[in-house]
Amino acid sequence: MSDPVSAMGGQSYEGFAHVADAGLQGMITLRGDLGSAAIAKAVKAATGCALPAPRGIVTKGQAAVAWMSPDELLLLVPYAEAEATAAAVSAALAGEHVLVANVSDARALFRVSGAKADQVLAKLCPVDFARLPAGELRRTRAAQVAAALWRSAPDELSLICFRSVAGYVYDLLALSARTGSELTSA
Amino acid sequence: MSTRLATGGRLIDRTKPLAFSFDGRAMRGFAGDTLAAALLANDQMLIGRSFKYHRPRGILASGVEEPNAMVALGQGPRLEPDQRTTTTELFEGATTASQNAWPSLDFDVGALNNLAYRFLPAGFYYKTFMFPRFAWKHLFEPLVRQSAGIGPVPKEADPDRYEQAYDFTDVLVAGGGVAGLTAALAAASTGQRVLLLEQTPHWGGRAPVDGIEIEGKPADAWVAETVAALAAMPNVILRNRCMVAGVYDHGYVVAQEAVADHLPGADLPRHRLWRIRAGRVIAATGAIERPLAFAANDTPGVMLASAVRDYVVNWAVSPGDRTVVVTNNDDAYRTALALLDAGLVVPAILDARASVTGELPALARARGIRVLEGRGVAKVKGGKRVRAVEVCVQAGEGAVLETIACDCVAMSGGFSPVVHLFSQPGGKLLWDAANGMFTPDPARAPTGADGAAFVACAGAASGALQAAACLADAHAVGGGKAKSAPKATAPDEAPMQPVWMMPQGAPVALRFKMLLDFQNDVKVSDVQLAAREGYESVEHTKRYTTLGMASDQGKMSNINGLAILSDALGQPIPATGTTTFRPPYAPISFGAVAGEARGAVFAPLRRTPMHAWHEAQGAHWEPVGLWRRPYCYPRAGETHAQAVNREVTNTRNALGLLDASTLGKILVKGPDAGRFLDMIYTGVMSTLPVGKCRYGLTCNENGFLIDDGVVARLSEDSWLCHTTSGGADRIHAHMEDWLQCEWWDWKVYTANLTEQFAQVAIVGPNARKLLEKLGGMDVSREALPFMTFAEGTLAGIAARVFRISFSGELSYEVAVPAAQGMAFWTACLEAGTELGLMPYGTEAVHVLRAEKGFIIVGDETDGTVIPQDLGLGWAISKKKPDYLGKRAQERSHMTNPDRWRLVGLETLDGSVLPDGVLAPAPGVNANGQRNTQGRVTSTYFSPTLGRGIAMGLVRQGPERMGEVLDFVADGKTIKARICDQVFYDKDGEKQNV
Repeated sequence: MSDPVSAMGGQSYEGFAHVADAGLQGMITLRGDLGSAAIAKAVKAATGCALPAPRGIVTKGQAAVAWMSPDELLLLVPYAEAEATAAAVSAALAGEHVLVANVSDARALFRVSGAKADQVLAKLCPVDFARLPAGELRRTRAAQVAAALWRSAPDELSLICFRSVAGYVYDLLALSARTGSELTSA
Repeated sequence: MSTRLATGGRLIDRTKPLAFSFDGRAMRGFAGDTLAAALLANDQMLIGRSFKYHRPRGILASGVEEPNAMVALGQGPRLEPDQRTTTTELFEGATTASQNAWPSLDFDVGALNNLAYRFLPAGFYYKTFMFPRFAWKHLFEPLVRQSAGIGPVPKEADPDRYEQAYDFTDVLVAGGGVAGLTAALAAASTGQRVLLLEQTPHWGGRAPVDGIEIEGKPADAWVAETVAALAAMPNVILRNRCMVAGVYDHGYVVAQEAVADHLPGADLPRHRLWRIRAGRVIAATGAIERPLAFAANDTPGVMLASAVRDYVVNWAVSPGDRTVVVTNNDDAYRTALALLDAGLVVPAILDARASVTGELPALARARGIRVLEGRGVAKVKGGKRVRAVEVCVQAGEGAVLETIACDCVAMSGGFSPVVHLFSQPGGKLLWDAANGMFTPDPARAPTGADGAAFVACAGAASGALQAAACLADAHAVGGGKAKSAPKATAPDEAPMQPVWMMPQGAPVALRFKMLLDFQNDVKVSDVQLAAREGYESVEHTKRYTTLGMASDQGKMSNINGLAILSDALGQPIPATGTTTFRPPYAPISFGAVAGEARGAVFAPLRRTPMHAWHEAQGAHWEPVGLWRRPYCYPRAGETHAQAVNREVTNTRNALGLLDASTLGKILVKGPDAGRFLDMIYTGVMSTLPVGKCRYGLTCNENGFLIDDGVVARLSEDSWLCHTTSGGADRIHAHMEDWLQCEWWDWKVYTANLTEQFAQVAIVGPNARKLLEKLGGMDVSREALPFMTFAEGTLAGIAARVFRISFSGELSYEVAVPAAQGMAFWTACLEAGTELGLMPYGTEAVHVLRAEKGFIIVGDETDGTVIPQDLGLGWAISKKKPDYLGKRAQERSHMTNPDRWRLVGLETLDGSVLPDGVLAPAPGVNANGQRNTQGRVTSTYFSPTLGRGIAMGLVRQGPERMGEVLDFVADGKTIKARICDQVFYDKDGEKQNV
């Protein structure tokens, strides 16, 4: 048995904001009719979270549920629990037309923190950060690749990208966070 | 002479001297200088030679409109041509050089062109293209290439970094002069988000130089207070050194911030390109002074009147001891007064207006300046520097009344509002005949998605040139109430009088010397010639004469040019119209456009979980989509070809290990998934038993093969579809397209799980032994037969093991969670040592599959090939009523027995055929090209067989077995025999063990 490793092995960079590979994160894709009571119930049972509104992310303890599209949710749970949670959700929704897949290893998770964290991502993502409230997950792009981001704590943004481009995204984040390149007002 | 004045200079810091050089000569300036100011302070008025005639050219303006005073700035990798000295901030150690001068700035051979004024008229290029035919290529082009062009091109890569950033605002104000500040304050007071961008390092624009008072204070004081007030508002962002380059549809705005141009060597991005969404754009971009068209108006020392004033007041630079002012408006009198204030001499003001009565002229007269009414410049005397002006009657034909000695001429032909940002997205202009200028028409402003105007000009940009009206307008455009507008006080200005040529009756001899476009050397006579030759459209005339086509985009020249054209065409100016204003307002750097995308982050590089290991082994890479896969793992002293041969042979004889993680893996699930896959694939997937695998072909609706791969049925309602490495995203999108747009009522969900799994192919006679050694699953022939899969644990890692083969060997593909991919790979390497394991790369994959006659999408296919061409009829269901591509494949052209179809090819001499070569056929086609009958699609040296093997598409190929074809490569003919494309183990005994 070997320990699973995240794409960037926990690397971090200190610039005008802190950039870090957040390590392994359990992630489960759930596709289905988001209006169905069965899904709401299964998600609640698995994560403790209510279904998010469109573009929303609902957090409860170490779990969260994010709205990804009109028929897709992303469940966030501790990495070690992902396989079991996916199985539990599948079992709870047996007979429903849904797709449940553990995608924890297909992704990388970064955290950008500090008072100027927004500025790092404003260089890469066409997102109006001043009007991005907590509780909203934004699917966007970071430079040339797909990304999803949300405010995971005060002065902290979390960003998910595909695992294969984790190195590219880490390099982008570190480059954008270089001290001296803040987007300050004159 | 131009020199630094002993006192004054509101923008310079005399305690911070800076050293720089021009054409190798050491010079000194101060912090706060522009390069132009510092050059003038060092008596360097002559900066370069003109584009076409190599005439001496000096500094004409003090801002972004400057057409002439450009230098090559920096050295080596930081050399950058065409840097506008009037907007470049001086920095310590700046190295500058004149441009377009040979052998030297003071003595330039090309200036002989000067004598050839008459031989390089408007449309010179077009005329030389036309006649005689041979002359352009052999005579004119070499000549023009030798003498044209401005700055030198840097030869090394740019060492600086650049970046981009996104921003969003309710109101974007372009321009931080007093109008911009006023509009921003008014807009911000309503609580809206305001972004104020100023292209220079300074706020306040011209007002402090012009001596305007606002709210009873000197402009400088009001500007400082207002900037502080704006900076204190949480809803306002101020950025200086940030030029709005373009305004596009939907409020999209591009601006370039010069972050570190003035801080060379700092660890900063040099430029930052801002990509902004603005609810509304207020263009408070001011107005640009126009030159006057008089003979030899390009002589160094002739400057815009406003620029002369700027140099004196802002940088304490005297452009000359004796300055003659020539004008058609009151504003230029401010220059005369500023010169007097600095202790300099103004011998006369030549005013084209017959009667001069304004407040500013009165002030000038009161201080003893000669004001000559109804007068103009007949001609400037001097070559590389102004020596005198000859005075004439503006209404006449240029008879010289007197000659006034001077070393500077300050000219003003009135002002043109900077309407660029209003016009770029489609705003229309009005002609203001009284003031001789185009102004934005608010009734025909650019409109957004809601039909409302989203760009408005404010202040001078909207035509409100005088201070009080300017601020009132800006305040209103910003959304402020009339009574709260800041009050500006300045002397009233009397009306200007448009002057397009000086004197108005100038004869040809003078018109030949009147420059309109100073950068592209376009003269009054050129525009008149174009009109005589039949050019009526201003857009055509622009291109024919090159008026306004230089890097300054005619900021100073366009209005004068079209006035001359209108006059020549005998029509009013609005009938001629303007040329189109296009972004960028002024040039922006390619570095900023590229942004961060260079070096390591030039493009996303997709890495498998084992990428770092491959890299550490010194793998030779092959790009596959955005992935980089090992082509081979060369050992010390091995060529790539030797490495490939070793890897192939070892895989055939012992054990090979391949990182196949890049293969696409798409989960398809739902009650209608089987039905869906029967449409996506040519074969039947709905009948595949759970636990089994089937090879599938994907075609587009035109019947052409677009992807292939193995499909595994995971459960009653879910299938895992493998795609090619480069095809994963494309095929996933293809599936979603059909599901979302055509079969939206089918109950199917898909998920792209490509990156969830690391996939390792374990291939060769010892493959089973390795899996058994890793332990945890029964992988025997009975438990896991060919084309099945099983789930379990291998080496302690959760694994899905597919018994499939792309090599003809006993082969397993093992999918494990990506986070444990490297661990599994390592376990295989350790366990495989005694089994003769070697990793192999993509080229060995290709050779192994070619020996078995397997196709690769992209080698054997090119978008025009159907599965039937490739002998893959066995993978196409004859029973299914439909699948994507079926009907297309039934069209007569697709069923034509003459189609080129797949065969094997073996050269008679055992050599390797070159890739892609054609087999000619007798005769020629309708275009006179040699007919062909086939081409090579894959070709390799087979280490297993010890000779070259190839596949190709040949007309009626399978019916021509044994026939020898001639292939032609580099003029040589290679003979190859058509054969079965399966070169090795045709009965599949090796994989079936």
